[in-house]
Amino acid sequence: MAYETVIGLEVHLQLATRSKIFSGSATTFGAAPNTQASAVDLAMPGMLPVLNEQAVRYAVMFGLGIGAQIGKRSVFDRKNYFYPDLPKGYQISQFDHPIVGRGSFEITLADGSTRDIGITRAHLEEDAGKSLHEDYHGQSGIDLNRAGTPLLEIVSEPDIRSAEEAVAYLKALHSLVTYLGISDGNMAEGSMRCDINISLRPAGSDTLGTRAEIKNVNSFRFVEKAILHEFERQSDILEDGGAVVQETRLYDAERDETRPMRSKEVANDYRYFPEPDLLPVVIDDAYIQALADALPELPVQKRHRFMQQYGLGGYDASVLSDSRALADYYEAVVERCGDAKIAANWVQVELLGQLNRSELDIADSPVAAGDLGGLIARILDNSISGKIAKQVFEAMWQGEGSADDIIEARGLKQVSDSGALASMVDEVIANNAAQVQQYLEADEGKRKKLLGFFVGQVMKLSKGQANPQMVNELLAQKLV
Amino acid sequence: MHEFTVAQLAEGLHEGRFTSEELTRALLERVQALDSRINSFITVDEDGALAAARAADARRAAGSAHTLTGIPIAHKDIFCTDGLRTSCGSRMLDNFVPPYDATVVNKLHAAGAVTLGKTNMDEFAMGSSNETSYYGPARNPWNIEHVPGGSSGGSAAAVAARLVPAATGTDTGGSIRQPAALCGITGLKPTYGRVSRLGMIAFASSLDQGGPMARTAEDCALLLGAMAGHDPLDSTSAKVPVPDYSAALAAGLEGLRIGLPVEYFGEGLDGATGTAVRAALAELEQLGATLVDVSLPHTHLAIATYYIIAPAEASTNLSRYDGVRYGYRCDNPEDLMDLYTRTREEGFGDEVKRRILVGTYALSAGYYDAYYRKAQQVRRLVQQDFTDAFERVDVIAGPTTPGPAFALGAKSDDPVAMYLEDIYTLAVNLAGLPGLSVPAGRVDGLPVGLQLVGRHFDEARLLNVGHRFQQATDWHTQAPALAGGGG
Repeated sequence: MAYETVIGLEVHLQLATRSKIFSGSATTFGAAPNTQASAVDLAMPGMLPVLNEQAVRYAVMFGLGIGAQIGKRSVFDRKNYFYPDLPKGYQISQFDHPIVGRGSFEITLADGSTRDIGITRAHLEEDAGKSLHEDYHGQSGIDLNRAGTPLLEIVSEPDIRSAEEAVAYLKALHSLVTYLGISDGNMAEGSMRCDINISLRPAGSDTLGTRAEIKNVNSFRFVEKAILHEFERQSDILEDGGAVVQETRLYDAERDETRPMRSKEVANDYRYFPEPDLLPVVIDDAYIQALADALPELPVQKRHRFMQQYGLGGYDASVLSDSRALADYYEAVVERCGDAKIAANWVQVELLGQLNRSELDIADSPVAAGDLGGLIARILDNSISGKIAKQVFEAMWQGEGSADDIIEARGLKQVSDSGALASMVDEVIANNAAQVQQYLEADEGKRKKLLGFFVGQVMKLSKGQANPQMVNELLAQKLV
Repeated sequence: MHEFTVAQLAEGLHEGRFTSEELTRALLERVQALDSRINSFITVDEDGALAAARAADARRAAGSAHTLTGIPIAHKDIFCTDGLRTSCGSRMLDNFVPPYDATVVNKLHAAGAVTLGKTNMDEFAMGSSNETSYYGPARNPWNIEHVPGGSSGGSAAAVAARLVPAATGTDTGGSIRQPAALCGITGLKPTYGRVSRLGMIAFASSLDQGGPMARTAEDCALLLGAMAGHDPLDSTSAKVPVPDYSAALAAGLEGLRIGLPVEYFGEGLDGATGTAVRAALAELEQLGATLVDVSLPHTHLAIATYYIIAPAEASTNLSRYDGVRYGYRCDNPEDLMDLYTRTREEGFGDEVKRRILVGTYALSAGYYDAYYRKAQQVRRLVQQDFTDAFERVDVIAGPTTPGPAFALGAKSDDPVAMYLEDIYTLAVNLAGLPGLSVPAGRVDGLPVGLQLVGRHFDEARLLNVGHRFQQATDWHTQAPALAGGGG
């Protein structure tokens, strides 16, 4: 039977505040254990939480970014459970009255098509610390640096239908939050952590199947693999006439499988109730409006603008608007060279290719946008061919200067002097009598193919610098 | 010197009749001599107190003294004191030395008050007799076979025995007012949010409030002035200006309307106690106030409501005592579950465990709506009762407790009988209102308290009424025999 996958994602997004959500401790990643844990973070007796207003501001910005209802009066609750890395014995979270209500946003797939994914809610909460199980002679260590780091938990509707869509959703989310500047979105450092709710149903069915929750999947690739694995597992069960058990599972990246968590780890009655140490967060319209007015152009808006203004396809527009830095780079290239489509091609193929191979971020690109635009301008004005341009780009990447400097220094300027080209064409014709004979005897279809041979010979003779269009024209004139 | 009130001591220090060091030494000697019988202190900080007294004398010499500079006081052992063990009356924190001061401690320290030590209390402030303390019960100086009340029993006993002129207390359901009444002193529970809770170990966060305990309303005014105010580190502390409480003490009571809740003078009130309270009310009438009957119709629901909300909050406030980071840890835990269960089994006493269980139950899935949510709804009805009454009267008055101090052990096997002890006080916490208890008579040689309840942030009015009453009566000046009084 054909099955449809139904997926909802819960993303824990670490907000990029300088201090923690309820204390003044720093949130810097990678500090020595317990050096960023204050008396509040350690849940010392008598200590009280004080809400970090920046976390509220970031949450509201996110809500505005997905067109959601903002909770005008949101309430913090205590989620109670015992664990050594949870110092208070409860996590301060939001339950009945989250700060961000229902919203949605658009994702783009590889074929350029788009889908709207619903967001059920997003709420503020504090992160727990970390338990360290190595190097303590059979005991566990607790690092509370992360305890109290602000998180926005973003819960999607079960609108996602495939691993590809799940990854596209996460990438779109990553793009949105980095545009907003509310998170660094760094999955490797745990700034974006993902729980996957996944169930299967016969294709065409309206009812939801029993779901499994896969906890803490921490890279785009693992999300994809975990979903693919879980699809196989659940469809095997259903094919055999079995029933999927509702449970929490862990994705084991090393063995590429999911396995159930021990029931002890999940069987909790969290006893949520309103946190009496904090007042409800009351937000007025003026506050929301001021943040709305200050929002930057968001990825989806930018993508649509790129399609309209530059005539790009959906997928290209999506790639180029993925990050603000890349989009700004692209637009600077366009401004310099004047051709949006060639610019899109160069940025995506040559530049992003090189950056990926070198594992560099766009911000660290050795080739500045103006220089890449300058290079493309030389292609457009026929100073160099596309092939030579790739050489020039290589040299620019190595830091040899601007396109013009390199073209000049290496003498790469395209030969467009008709006299010089004519003598090269004559030389090629003279040296390849047999091919000339073949050409003249061939029909129209074969001639085209053979013409390429002569063009190639001229290019070779010119060390690639001959203007190919002019060579073509000259050959056509002379081969009669 | 121990007979003097805070105001009198401040005058003596100001006039140079004695130094803070002399005063502090005298009181330390008195603690040494008497406290073995009262057990009002858990920790006496002799060295710290003398150093603070010398610093206070230097400050006075330098001309920068506050009224309270050099006045020895004691802190309930629920307030964290930097470098000084803070046990909260529990084995769980028997070894706990905070690296910080509570805001209340900080403010009184900044005013120059000298911390003599930390007073006994019911474990985690859960109790009305001081009998749940890990350190044994404090005793009532008027009769050491009787309880001093609780949970701030140590503070009340120490002030009544003239070991200190004043002490801090906390009040979640009556824990300042009830022991003040039973020990014959004056105690003020301020409006919720008036005094910072930072560094005050939490019992029930939405009800807890720190306040002063002293012999007179005048002294409570001096202390509250130093303790009150907004604290940016306590989100529930109010941004309401602090008035000059002392300046408001002397106003006349003419035209004051005092409401007497009919529910506070009915069944359950001891006859002699009722008689004493009515006599005190007649005195207020003499001073120009008008007595008006009012009704607080949801009074009978207050205890049940309180004993859902307070344990619910407590059950999670006390989750942090898990043996992981500080405080008591069981020996040789086998695994994590063993660490948790034995640490908490051995570290907490019975009453604390009872309330954790009640609170956990009330918040559990399937019971939340029936208990916690319902209790919050009733809490609003109790608040509305007071709001309605305050449309007709300026102050509400009645007995602080149903009767005088009971004998040690008399109610310790019957938790519900013990809970009824707070029947007149805990509705005030549910409503977040200020309440003052002043000594108003004696029954069988034991003190009886008059409770005055005011509108939100109207402490000045309560202190004014209490002060005028004390100007006209001498219950507050009488000392127990043990403390050298006529008994």
